Amino acid sequence: MTEPSDIRAGRPIPTGSSFELFAWFFMRVSGVLLLLLALGHLAVMHLINSIHTIDYDFVAERWSGDWGMFWRSYDWLLLSLALLHGSNGLRTILDDFIRPGGWRTFWMSVLYSATFIFLAVGSIIVFTFSPL
Amino acid sequence: MMIYRGKEGQWSWIFHRVTGLGVLLFLLIHIIDTMLVGWGPDLYNKVIEIYRHPVFAVGEVGLFAAVLYHALNGIRIILVDFWPDGARHHKTLFYGEMVLFVVIMVPVAFLMLSHIHF
Repeated sequence: MTEPSDIRAGRPIPTGSSFELFAWFFMRVSGVLLLLLALGHLAVMHLINSIHTIDYDFVAERWSGDWGMFWRSYDWLLLSLALLHGSNGLRTILDDFIRPGGWRTFWMSVLYSATFIFLAVGSIIVFTFSPL
Repeated sequence: MMIYRGKEGQWSWIFHRVTGLGVLLFLLIHIIDTMLVGWGPDLYNKVIEIYRHPVFAVGEVGLFAAVLYHALNGIRIILVDFWPDGARHHKTLFYGEMVLFVVIMVPVAFLMLSHIHF
């Protein structure tokens, strides 16, 4: 029987693989940063502003005004941390549900490729956008 | 695969995965819609118009709830991992988390739903 004091709520700290230990630590550090960045983003875009005030002109002003570089950096940090945190989370789910072998390799390849493409596309838009 | 022994631990783990997957799915959609600013105001404004539908206003509350749950539960996981006494108090932490979730969600849902324009 497992005593209540032995129950851990998170994944057990990985041992024997420096990558898994890094991934475990990354999830916790990026998680704390994302708590501030994502909830901050939701508060600014969905509570202070709303979908009825957000349009092309809003985005153009936000990314090009006096605070343009601040918001671009904020949005890029949120984009990259959320994407890496999310795809690493999905990686652990795939690890749990797909047996090692060809199909796991296939879906992991899809995951890594999609993560790379979305990160590249998102980064290009955040940093190259210039209003018409 | 890790399966916890039912009750609070099991449920918090399932909700953590479900909310994580939901937020990740929305993130991918959101990267695509934001990408469209690169094609100018006509296309971007037309696509953003879709989000103004009342169905998405309810979805917006769901998104906020998913992010908030995932964030609060993540803090609980970190406390259990790093606070030496954390595991002993994991149930108390879970119920504290639920109270905090409701306390934050009520005004947020009210504010968001008041944005709906029919």
